[in-house]
Amino acid sequence: MAQNGFEPHIVAFLCNWCTYAAADAAGISRMQQPLNVDVIRVMCSGRIDPSFVLMAFLEGADGVIVSGCHPPGDCHYGEGNYKTFRRMPLLERLLQDYGIEKERFHWGWISAAEAPKWAQLTKEFTSRIKELGPLEWKGYLKEMESEEA
Amino acid sequence: MAGKPRVAFYWAGSCGGCEIAVLEIRERILDLAQAVDIIFWPVAMDFKYQDVEAMEDGSIDVCFFNGAIRSAENEHLARLFRAKSKTLVAYGSCAHEGCIPGLANLSDREGIFEVVYRENPSVENPEKLVPVTRYDLPEGEVELPTFYDTVRTLGQTVPVDYSVPGCPPQAHQSWAVFEAFVKGELPPVGSVIGAGEKTVCDECEHVKEEKKVKQFFRIHEIVPDEKKCLLEQGIICAGPATRSGCGALCPTANLPCRGCYGPPPGVVDQGAKFLSAVASVVDANTEEEAARIVSQIADPIGTFYRFGLAASLLRRRKLDQ
Repeated sequence: MAQNGFEPHIVAFLCNWCTYAAADAAGISRMQQPLNVDVIRVMCSGRIDPSFVLMAFLEGADGVIVSGCHPPGDCHYGEGNYKTFRRMPLLERLLQDYGIEKERFHWGWISAAEAPKWAQLTKEFTSRIKELGPLEWKGYLKEMESEEA
Repeated sequence: MAGKPRVAFYWAGSCGGCEIAVLEIRERILDLAQAVDIIFWPVAMDFKYQDVEAMEDGSIDVCFFNGAIRSAENEHLARLFRAKSKTLVAYGSCAHEGCIPGLANLSDREGIFEVVYRENPSVENPEKLVPVTRYDLPEGEVELPTFYDTVRTLGQTVPVDYSVPGCPPQAHQSWAVFEAFVKGELPPVGSVIGAGEKTVCDECEHVKEEKKVKQFFRIHEIVPDEKKCLLEQGIICAGPATRSGCGALCPTANLPCRGCYGPPPGVVDQGAKFLSAVASVVDANTEEEAARIVSQIADPIGTFYRFGLAASLLRRRKLDQ
């Protein structure tokens, strides 16, 4: 249950061919999922520019999920997910440099056949973010940019 | 405009290099002085802030403002010059995107004072004093401008008409900008001027082949081949994520581009694009290998946002409270 009624805002960037299909199947199969996750469908996890993730945190996300097709062979485009696993470890470090706890960012793979895995991830990730509390990036910026000495 | 254009130059939170950059136009500074009235330029001529305060609003035709906004004094002058100038130009990387002073956004006032006034081995400060904004002396109260926790760009502080990128802007670009103002040949307000519309790679003469990097090097760890693309040799080069206009100065000297000309057109966050470009060329076909190779990159935020942290999407580090 939410701590002090905090309901986190989670943004999930999902590839069209695998994880989005899994999320869709999870919904159709009426698997219980928290309402905190907003899904943004992209054609490939290799399309997810690191700036999308930064923008999500800036605009109020308390947690971000990136998920695509299992490497090596599942990518609809051959090796789009290779780009993902090259970029995400570095983005993970960058986020920590920004002072964003690493638990707020999850990246991985869920195939179209793994709807229960998606439902499980949304539950676990949401409760993890509830534990961490709100990020409120813009509020923090405002506080640090005020002129008060 | 009637008579010669009235021009001001000002420096805020910066190193002074942009002032030198103006003088890099060399003897043409005399042509410039002929063509315009320089009415404020602290580095070269004696004027006081009161002289500017006494001017009517909008009475300066162009103000070239370099430096980031790091203190209350910087902000006061930014607002003053915005009010007094018809056109305000963010001149140089600090005003444009925060530049090196913007890396202070990895810390805050307290953290910076602690290092600068207390911890540095060369500091002798037995009473552990740090600056305060007001202090009573027998002669009366003295005041220092507030030092901000967060460095801002000029454009984050007041509306800016044009930006000239570069740390510092290159002389031929500065000259082109001055000429454009004198002739009144200016692009739409909001444009980046004195730079190109492509990336540094476009101007770089190193031979580019397939980019596949198995190992990253810092510049002191390798003697690079002078012909081959530096990124292909594992040297982290900001060329792919940096606006053209400098003539690929650093790569021509066999040093990697560090990104001072800021993001190319259409890019909102230079560091994110730089990170993406570098990670994409990692030659790894398993997750483990990719993680191992990118772990060789030291200091991601300082490398990818060396010049652009203050202007980035997230702007600063979140500190533990």
